[in-house]
Amino acid sequence: MLDAASGLLLLYIDRTVLNEYTSPQAFSGLREAHRRVWRPEAALGVVDHVNPTAAGRTRTMPDPGGQLQTDYFAKNCAEFGIELFDVLHPMQGIEHVVMPELGAIMPGMTVAAGDSHTTTYGAFGALGFGIGTSDIEHYLATQTVIYRRLKNMRVNLSGRRPQGITAKDIVMALIRKIGASGATGYAIEFAGAGLGDLSVEGRMTICNMAVECGARGAIAAPDEAVFAYVADKPRAPRGEAWERAVAAWRRLKSDDATEFDREVDLPLTSIEPMVTWGTSPDQSMPISAAIPDPRTLGDADKRRDYERALDYMGLAPGQSISSIKIDRAFIGSCTNARIEDLREAAFVLRGRKVAPHVRAMIVPGSSSVRRQAEAEGLDLIFKSAGFEWRQAGCSMCLAMNDDVLAPEERCASSTNRNFEGRQGARGRTHLMSPAMVAAAAVAGRLADVRAMDVPAMDVAHGL
Amino acid sequence: MGFEHFAASFGLAAPMPAANIDTDVIMPKQFLKGIDRAGLDAGLFYGLRFAENGAPNPDFILNKTAWRDTRFLVVGPNFGCGSSREHAVWGLRQFGIRALIGTTFAGIFFDNCARNGLLAIEASSSDVALLMAAATDPKRNHFCVDLVNQTITTEDSVIRYQIDESRKTALMRGLDAIGVTLEGREAIALFEDMHFAQNPWLRPS
Repeated sequence: MLDAASGLLLLYIDRTVLNEYTSPQAFSGLREAHRRVWRPEAALGVVDHVNPTAAGRTRTMPDPGGQLQTDYFAKNCAEFGIELFDVLHPMQGIEHVVMPELGAIMPGMTVAAGDSHTTTYGAFGALGFGIGTSDIEHYLATQTVIYRRLKNMRVNLSGRRPQGITAKDIVMALIRKIGASGATGYAIEFAGAGLGDLSVEGRMTICNMAVECGARGAIAAPDEAVFAYVADKPRAPRGEAWERAVAAWRRLKSDDATEFDREVDLPLTSIEPMVTWGTSPDQSMPISAAIPDPRTLGDADKRRDYERALDYMGLAPGQSISSIKIDRAFIGSCTNARIEDLREAAFVLRGRKVAPHVRAMIVPGSSSVRRQAEAEGLDLIFKSAGFEWRQAGCSMCLAMNDDVLAPEERCASSTNRNFEGRQGARGRTHLMSPAMVAAAAVAGRLADVRAMDVPAMDVAHGL
Repeated sequence: MGFEHFAASFGLAAPMPAANIDTDVIMPKQFLKGIDRAGLDAGLFYGLRFAENGAPNPDFILNKTAWRDTRFLVVGPNFGCGSSREHAVWGLRQFGIRALIGTTFAGIFFDNCARNGLLAIEASSSDVALLMAAATDPKRNHFCVDLVNQTITTEDSVIRYQIDESRKTALMRGLDAIGVTLEGREAIALFEDMHFAQNPWLRPS
């Protein structure tokens, strides 16, 4: 059935992670066809999308649908022999935060999972990509997926990023530059001095959002920082196996002679903190700028898309971005809820208060991140600033649980998608870095964190 | 999902020219809470199709008389971007959509279409512009989408399109992809042995 000439191949997949909302029909399909799971130990189940994040949560979901999904997920994992981190498991969290912290993601792996942000694993030099439910079923039954060969794009992060500029600003600047479909049909390799300069968690943020410019997969050559990050994780190889693995991983890089179908240079020196103003991740501007005027656009289709976005967002052309008042602030998601993201926010929030009219929430990426933050005292900084300190999950990134924006509520959000209705029907999302969300929460409007006299954010070590 | 296979299909086409129509818009979150595929036609484009009080939005293209029984959508670039949710494709199929025609589709969505008998046709921007104009005109929006001959016929034009042979075969014959792959189970097992011998740290435990 495969057709090499058209670029299709059968790709062996080393690992997957399953969630409660994209997997049910895949398990049903296996059952109906009396098929078994090829290698259950290569999969992990994690409940993350529909669970509540309020304190004192139980296995009871906020709605019957979520209950049905988590119950069916538990039954499926048990019957097919797959390990499950259920809601109350001490390692529960967002799937793409949990897998790396286990050491389950290693350089050179292929990872396919039923979630578009599987691109995150590119930060480790693993090829990660999202698949639909039919392909989850195919994977579970065969340990392979039918894969269409992609074009290659190299994104060169050149120069040093200025003080106060984060990985989120870099990837948002890239998405703005090449557009929401700029990498459709491509896998992106991130390279350049500016990449090596970022922490592994920062690289995860960048690879995570590669899908927002259309990339099916993302990858970056692993380096010593990656090996050090994986080394102390619970499921990383040990002893002689570790030595052999690292020796092999050092060879994982593109040859100098590699030809790419497209090359993009992104100079980091001129990047400012970025904020979206519209309903697509490429509709963004530096914080110092004003809302663009659609009437100045030559392309009629783009003009119509801009006008619709501004109408939905309740904004006017020419309005300065830093004048936009917010109702909500949200720090969370597989893009920006790891420990370094929380430290980044804590640097801004230490000794400050959330504006009285803003409801602010922090949802850690995993239960482990939550414990680590508490060990460092970050929770006290957040709570005394006026943030709600919640339990782990996807939460208001996509609002499949009970964390939802009300119609026309405006939210500064460290998440990945500002689509219409994404955080709640008619809700209005502005994407930005955790530091910028913290700054907005304090100012009560979108604000430039660089103007706030925040100490240099050493996120590798914390406060 | 078992799907009806088709060689050629006649019906009405509707234009959806906006760029980057994402799967959150195609199938909003409140319809993702099932464990089967049923009832997703009700959720298709929900925020666009219905007003807040639940009444049909008369301005939405698929609610207008001339496009009520639409079977084909001519779409803007990067249709289906965002979330991997296959529910978007299940909903389109259940609503009666047989084919999508656009310049580019998001990668995961495009594969999801192929797995569910929804023909996603990648055409040139000039061909898409021509078909968009025809779909927008209620006097000209009758299309015939022919898979065997790889053509789209409107009242005043015939357009040829390209499609992978394997995808075409699967659409026409409805092959069980897992069954076909499992015919090669010994080759997969052999590959695994070699893979784990070379990279022992990749063997999951």
